[in-house]
Amino acid sequence: MTRDNETWLRHLIGNGPDQQAALSDLRGVLLRGLRRGLQSDSRIDDSFLEDVVQDSLLRVLDRLDQFQGRSQFVTWATSVAIRVAVTELRRRRWKDVSLEALLADADFTPDRTVDGALGPAARWRQSALIDKLYDVIHRELTEKQRTVLLAELKGMPLEDIARHIGSNRNAVYKLTYDARKSLKRGLEAAGYVAADFHAAFAG
Amino acid sequence: MSLPTFMQLLPGEDLMMPLSKNEIDALLRLVGLTQDEEINCEQCLASVAEFAEQQLSGKSIPEGLQSVAQHLSICGECREEYEALQRALEDMDH
Repeated sequence: MTRDNETWLRHLIGNGPDQQAALSDLRGVLLRGLRRGLQSDSRIDDSFLEDVVQDSLLRVLDRLDQFQGRSQFVTWATSVAIRVAVTELRRRRWKDVSLEALLADADFTPDRTVDGALGPAARWRQSALIDKLYDVIHRELTEKQRTVLLAELKGMPLEDIARHIGSNRNAVYKLTYDARKSLKRGLEAAGYVAADFHAAFAG
Repeated sequence: MSLPTFMQLLPGEDLMMPLSKNEIDALLRLVGLTQDEEINCEQCLASVAEFAEQQLSGKSIPEGLQSVAQHLSICGECREEYEALQRALEDMDH
């Protein structure tokens, strides 16, 4: 059965055979979407997909009032399912990695190894920018901002950083966002513009 | 033989694992892309379906979805999910 957005919502909100049929069809849509979307991931098996689809159906039902109709309903539902799936895959990948272990020997000390591909003037520009960045990091950022920013640079997903510091993904994003804004302001105050950042590493 | 100036530790530096050039480049890229206003991951999820359909149809990004594009340029996790959504939408029979 082909449903438009309004029909999907009407059937899912209601009870009885229409709702059961809609749930069954949506389950099939999400399963196919997840298989296509995550096809290159070797960690995916049928058991994982079934669990994700079940969880996703519950989240979709719980968030029906948030669907604003600006896309196809099944696209929106699939985006919810993909977030559920990928978040779980990241959790499994990072569950045994502590923040302390990840950052044990790391800090914002920049690698000062000479880039042999750059000429003297370019090396000087790069070194000056790195020095200023290092200075702004330690002068303008809070310890918490430095911690989450460093963890993010080392590859830990925001969701897992949040888990370690007792927060949530959005709050961690805000922490890193505020840190980025501080860094940008500090570098701009020193006369740099965004175009300088890439230029310093492009040579 | 003393180290060249640019290889000497600055005051306060320890012999820790330094940020690599790639990590510094990544940080500077993020800083360069930072806007005065940004949406967060939850807000991105609320609009990424619409964004994905616009992209799939080859339409240009409307002003109301520019914030999604900007967030995807910054947030590697949302970008990974968006790319999975793009693959999921290919040949999807609505």
